[in-house]
Amino acid sequence: MRVRILVSFKESVLDPQGQTVKNALLTLGYRFITDVRQGKVFEIAMEGITEEQARRAIPEIAGRVLANPIIEKFTWEILEEAKKA
Amino acid sequence: MKFGVVVFPGSNCDHDTLFVLKDVLYQKTVYLWHKDRDLQAVDCVVLPGGFAYGDYLRAGAIARFSPLMEAVREFAERGGLVLGICNGFQVLLELGLLPGAMLRNKNLKFLCQFVHLRVDNPETRFTRRCRRGQVLRIPIAHYDGQYFAPAETLNGLEEHGQVVLRYVDENGEPTEEANVNGSAASIAGLINRHGNVLGMMPHPERASEVLLGSEDGRLIFESLIQT
Repeated sequence: MRVRILVSFKESVLDPQGQTVKNALLTLGYRFITDVRQGKVFEIAMEGITEEQARRAIPEIAGRVLANPIIEKFTWEILEEAKKA
Repeated sequence: MKFGVVVFPGSNCDHDTLFVLKDVLYQKTVYLWHKDRDLQAVDCVVLPGGFAYGDYLRAGAIARFSPLMEAVREFAERGGLVLGICNGFQVLLELGLLPGAMLRNKNLKFLCQFVHLRVDNPETRFTRRCRRGQVLRIPIAHYDGQYFAPAETLNGLEEHGQVVLRYVDENGEPTEEANVNGSAASIAGLINRHGNVLGMMPHPERASEVLLGSEDGRLIFESLIQT
């Protein structure tokens, strides 16, 4: 099973790197861009557990290690192609 | 007094810190390896600066899961003295021994420079050799030093005198310009509610000898040593 976890700053936290990327894009002429938030992607391979167990373990892993809940939030998905296999 | 300086893979101020404690201040000082669990009966644990585990994931995020850090947490919870400097401060935040988190510096630059700090609480085990409002000159060297905490946490910190050191200008004013990394409330150093765990971004071990341009950092160590 492969899982993708996205970690990004909470809306209440300033993301200076995202702001810098946004400014660069605006400079290049992409005037339609209103905001950029930068985050981290984790792709985690798992075996020997059921999907149900994974669904319980993933938020725990993300909340305890991958994201710092004081400044970051996360979303996750089980990758489709892996599900079919 | 016996000090223990923690060594993580990637610590790089461990030797400087040991040198100051042992050779400048003549204290019994040992290294504590991150994989050990024994604190060797030290009176104070110092988490030094550097880049523990390469700062992978987030600064301090991996280091906090070291076997030794479990012992440090228990030690702190029993009232043991813990000083976290720079990366050590980041580890203490990740461990939850101090509230809040660090963000990248507001200007996205690694900052390596002398700063001025104002002692806003001299009634701690780490600052009792200082006067209230005293301005110290101590260097910083970090990428992720923009202190962040939610408003209610910040209010609690102020209310309980937990903000020990603040970035100020040479006159002791906490101006926006002096707050080089953009920290909330210009916070440079923070103590826990019980007063036995201090985290600070500036490096007192780099300012403990005249030869290095400032001796102000000694006040932190001497406060600890003073009986």
